[in-house]
Amino acid sequence: MLAVSLYHYLFVSALLLVLGIFGIFLNRKNVIVILMSIELILLAANLNLVAFSAVLDDLVGQVFVMFTLTVAAAEAAIGLAIVVIYFRNRGSIQVEDVNLMKG
Amino acid sequence: MIAAIAFYVFALILLASAVMVVSARNPVHSVLFLILAFFNAAALFLLAGAEFLAMILVIVYVGAVAVLFLFVVMMLDINFAELRSGYQRYAPVGLAIGVVLAAELFIVLGGWKIAPDAMSLRFSPNAANVGNTAQLGKLIYTDYIFLFQTAGLVLLVAMIGAIVLTLRERQSSRHQVIARQVGRLPADTLEMIDVRSGAGMTEIGIRRPKPAPVPADADHNDHAHDDHGHGGH
Repeated sequence: MLAVSLYHYLFVSALLLVLGIFGIFLNRKNVIVILMSIELILLAANLNLVAFSAVLDDLVGQVFVMFTLTVAAAEAAIGLAIVVIYFRNRGSIQVEDVNLMKG
Repeated sequence: MIAAIAFYVFALILLASAVMVVSARNPVHSVLFLILAFFNAAALFLLAGAEFLAMILVIVYVGAVAVLFLFVVMMLDINFAELRSGYQRYAPVGLAIGVVLAAELFIVLGGWKIAPDAMSLRFSPNAANVGNTAQLGKLIYTDYIFLFQTAGLVLLVAMIGAIVLTLRERQSSRHQVIARQVGRLPADTLEMIDVRSGAGMTEIGIRRPKPAPVPADADHNDHAHDDHGHGGH
């Protein structure tokens, strides 16, 4: 069981999610900080899953968190690889410059 | 009581460092605050009893993902001051959306309850006096083995993708050209010469390298020399 009520955990993870989304809007030009904001959002989701898993005494939530962590790590690796090759080709990582594929 | 105080402390530091991640002026500081946030989230996981996930978060996230971010931030030579421009322009929109989203989330938080039959619908209830790690291991190696393997496949694909994306063929690198090695003929490099006894090398004209090679011959010599140098790459 939890030391504090479930609502405390849900409150913290809701704030974390809002902060992550706020970060995406605030750093609209910097891809790296956007990726970090996405990590924060995924962390909020994981916190929710773990809290519910603890309250319901059900381990499946924690199994799901493991898969979320896997996908988040893969996403970070691919995203950073794309940032690196984009910087190599264009010399900038401004999101607004990413319009090569515009139709 | 102590656990509750610990929760408040860790949650406060987690939220504060999340604020710093999105608002720090220098992305290196952002990454460092992200690491702090991961540590505190791991502490919250521990407080909820998810010991294995807390360790995974510290090892995988702080040890690998955050360091990857740090590498990329420091490796790319980016003018961060330029990226900061438009900060004031975007802040109100982000703030508005954030406030709306937070309000919606808190409305949801205020008006839900766990279904009465939730306890009977659980997939794998926590067994008494078995450690968290042992239970998780039993679950993912039996019931969720397919998902576990798929997660491994996702990581493999991500690894190959990252390598394929960032690997670049450098012109200066020396590698083995097997076709050229196999295609070499003995006549290209070996030459049988009759040597009279007592004659000098210059006298019969077998000095190597030849003093003034004709262009075609020079190409030959170059090849022979080059093939020697091809080591493993």
